[in-house]
Amino acid sequence: MSNTVNLTINGFDVSVPKGTTVLEAAELLGIKIPVLCFHKDLCIAGNCRVCVVEQVGSKKLVAACATPVHEGMEILTNSLLVRNSRKHMIELLLSEHNADCTKCYRNGNCELQDLASEYKITNQDFIDLAVSRAYTIDAFSPSILKDDSRCIRCQRCVRTCDELQSVGALAVAHKGDHMKISTFFNKPISEVVCTNCGQCVIHCPTGALIERNYIEEVWTAIADPTKHVVVQTAPAVRIGLGEELGLSPGERVTGKMIAALRRLGFNSVLDTDFTADLTILEEGTELLHRLEKVLVEKDEKYKLPMTTSCSPGWVKFFEHIYPDMLDHMSTCKSPQQMFGALAKTYYAKKIGVDPENIVSVSIMPCTAKKFEANRPEMRDSGYKDVDYVLTTRELAIMIKQAGIEFADLPEEKYDSIMGKSSGAGVIFGTTGGVMEAALRTAYEIVTGREVPFENLNITPVRGLEGVKEAKIKIEGCKPEWKFLEGVELKCAVAHTLANARKVMDLVKSGKADYHFIEVMACPGGCLGGGGQPIPTTPEIRQKRMQAIYEEDMSLPIRKSHENPEVQQLYKEFLGEPYGHLSHKLLHTEYVERQRY
Amino acid sequence: MGKNVLKRIDLIFKHEDDCHEVLQKTLKRSDDELINELIGSGLKGRGGAGFPTGLKWKLTREAQGDVKYVICNADEGEPGTFKDREILATVPYKVLTGMAVCGKIIGATNGYIYLRGEYRYLVKDLEAEINKFHKICDEVGLNFRIKIFLGYGAYICGEESALFESMEGKRGEPRNKPPFPTEFGYMGKPTVINNVETLAHTWTIFKYGAKKFRDLGVQDSRGSKLFSISGDTPIPGIYELELGMTVEEFVEDFGDGDTKAVQVGGASGFCVPRKKFRDIAIGYQGKLTGISLPTGGSMMLFNSSRSMYNVLHNYLEFFAEESCGQCTPCRVGTQQLLQGIKAVKRGEKPAAYLDKLLSLSETMKATAKCGLGQSVANSFQSIVENFREEMIY
Ligand SMILES: Cc1cc2nc3c(=O)[nH]c(=O)nc-3n(C[C@H](O)[C@H](O)[C@H](O)COP(=O)(O)O)c2cc1C
Ligand code: SF4
Repeated sequence: MSNTVNLTINGFDVSVPKGTTVLEAAELLGIKIPVLCFHKDLCIAGNCRVCVVEQVGSKKLVAACATPVHEGMEILTNSLLVRNSRKHMIELLLSEHNADCTKCYRNGNCELQDLASEYKITNQDFIDLAVSRAYTIDAFSPSILKDDSRCIRCQRCVRTCDELQSVGALAVAHKGDHMKISTFFNKPISEVVCTNCGQCVIHCPTGALIERNYIEEVWTAIADPTKHVVVQTAPAVRIGLGEELGLSPGERVTGKMIAALRRLGFNSVLDTDFTADLTILEEGTELLHRLEKVLVEKDEKYKLPMTTSCSPGWVKFFEHIYPDMLDHMSTCKSPQQMFGALAKTYYAKKIGVDPENIVSVSIMPCTAKKFEANRPEMRDSGYKDVDYVLTTRELAIMIKQAGIEFADLPEEKYDSIMGKSSGAGVIFGTTGGVMEAALRTAYEIVTGREVPFENLNITPVRGLEGVKEAKIKIEGCKPEWKFLEGVELKCAVAHTLANARKVMDLVKSGKADYHFIEVMACPGGCLGGGGQPIPTTPEIRQKRMQAIYEEDMSLPIRKSHENPEVQQLYKEFLGEPYGHLSHKLLHTEYVERQRY
Repeated sequence: MGKNVLKRIDLIFKHEDDCHEVLQKTLKRSDDELINELIGSGLKGRGGAGFPTGLKWKLTREAQGDVKYVICNADEGEPGTFKDREILATVPYKVLTGMAVCGKIIGATNGYIYLRGEYRYLVKDLEAEINKFHKICDEVGLNFRIKIFLGYGAYICGEESALFESMEGKRGEPRNKPPFPTEFGYMGKPTVINNVETLAHTWTIFKYGAKKFRDLGVQDSRGSKLFSISGDTPIPGIYELELGMTVEEFVEDFGDGDTKAVQVGGASGFCVPRKKFRDIAIGYQGKLTGISLPTGGSMMLFNSSRSMYNVLHNYLEFFAEESCGQCTPCRVGTQQLLQGIKAVKRGEKPAAYLDKLLSLSETMKATAKCGLGQSVANSFQSIVENFREEMIY
């Protein structure tokens, strides 16, 4: 039997492999069929019915996203029947939707709005069903707001939370006219198992799930002459921001971003990558310490594998799902929080400003970082270490509000100190990056030699595969690390929480003997984070990833421990990695949380 | 009224105590022979869609799969339908036998009865019957086991793919089709799902031969059918009648002399107004025109004291509540139809708005994901078109 299927779409012949959907076949012909519930990251739902097309010979229209092609099929994507039906779908969705677009945070970037505009739905005859419902906004979370009045029930968020993240915080409740997206016992999302990863937010076609924004708070701080506003930018922001400002995916905009931040009025423009490097020294040292405790001293207090802790969505997931395994998690704070703790201690002293008057802002590809900054543990400087967390999207909004012509900006450089980073710090923005950075440093500490990979590129941990594994045999140790001689270091890298769960379930059941596990909550790592530009698709993530590795290669220093500013920080302030002051400022602890 | 023009059939409820022999005799025949018998009988599914039963079994038999299932759909949720309950209460062994024979043919060793939540009271007796039947299976050397799965009262869970989802412990939402149950059913395995009555008819066919069944009915509407008769009738109840009768004949027998309309097939069926009684026959393709019987034989009679607006309002409320809510045309469409006729009645929308609603219902028919949303148009269009003034004034 042949594996190719021949069909026609709008009269054009196309041959595609068996199993292709009508939607995919149309795409090959360059015919766009509108979709709402469909997203390339997710399983097919076929529930919005916006993609219905005519199959000649059938009275019923079929959903292009959910219909596999068959031999001889004749599809019409723009017949009168299709257009009228599609218009009905859009009108119906609008009638159930709070279509007060000017008051919506997603105004201008909404898939429903786009369709309404494309199909020129100018007279809405249907009865407004949204007004009669007493919708309330769930605004309790510091990260994510949920507004059911904007929801079109496409269930993308439900599928995201369940399939990508295996969290299941969002689910469909009730039926018929009462059907809605809800949580366990309809509690606020801040009180359920939600990890704040924000993947639901970047998969939402409308304004039903959005980040809590702190734009006005930041403008107010900037305008206050008594405040010194420090901003840090996460690795993945510089390879995503351009997309929100008219550039193509994968464009590196580090220099322009810095220039824009200065023009917005931030007093110090610094880099989270600096504390990413610092994280490597702390976490690498912690790992070596644990290896010694477990392998040599057989100290049961210390647990392997050690998992990374820089992704706050992952951290909260861990606290909910594996509360009995918390001592596997590295005690290192995320780079954002390390930065925050230093901004109001070391940096304040350096620039001679009372920490009381420092406002610490971070630009993150992440919504979970908003929650993290609000954790009660994150006040080790004596103040709130990070005052406001903005997503990549919020920064873009500020840049637009300020009337800055982004594309025309000059390339500028970060301020010093806490502005310098290595390529290892940059790759924190991609899945596998923390692992690669840690290996570059740890291997060298132990052996005195560079990791045995060409150009320091540890390819086994790179790429978009869900779970990656790597083994590195340690040979030729320095005398003080003799206990590691001949040890094969086993590592695993997982991105998305569903993949993380797979790995951790293996660990929990004793079926995996890893030493070190890197987890990032979002697909692709931070580059696909919940605070990144919308849309984010597999192709876009691939381009952002490429940009991150280019940025790494472009930097003169590629290893965290060679970052001169980090060395200076230890010399002037912290003493040594994993030392007393580090413990106070850069490490944290975790709390057990409920399963639901 | 009460004229007895229509022949009363007594096949389904006839008590027969030769379950052991029927099963044994049937199992001796080859699978091909049985399937041909079934196809030859002309039996079509009595759950609504009217799919040829023999073909369904044949396709499932041919489908690739290590494990297969037989499921009896006893969700009976269509308003005005109450015959499956009676079958399970009085002649359950006919249904169980049908399931077992189907299992043997398609290669399934497990069967389930998906029982409507409100029929919980039947469980005890039914379980006793199933245990008795398991012994018979053992005696005749058939490896087949039947379990009851209790639903929770959602109408949509009677839709086959939603029913599978529900049995799998998920939310009862219909799936995209294809793939169909014959390939991808319960647990993703090839599955035969049949209505209670369909399975009970297979007993007749296997015991007495296809001819006995085929001799009843007309054209492509063969055999007898149970009708759940309610509304303005002096003799409500369950009746077994031949397919192919006209509504006029039906009303002569069951009307109260003042019948204004008959709703054929429940809320998801069609409303036949008096002036069309003579033209419309009950069957898959009627003698005279082409009306199909969309569900399992609910017949509701309305006399002149009834407001067809209220009838439609009632149906639309039912649909707006019982839609699973996943797809746009059905979830929002049902609400728009309901709110729309209310607005017209109150004078908030012009009478012409009914035309917009009619066109919306047409879209729902063409675009909804499952039979629920697709069939709202049946009652909506047939009531609005035939009783338009009642909708407005
Ligand atoms: C909304 C909806 C509800 C249904 N409810 C039932 C039901 O209660 N019982 C039933 O047998 N079939 C019901 N069906 C039809 C089933 O999907 C399926 O077609 C039937 O069980 C097949 O059996 P049959 O071929 O023996 O008729 C329903 C269909 C829809 C769309
Ligand atoms: S037609 Fe109605 S019941 Fe069927 S899938 Fe769509 S919303 Fe659910």
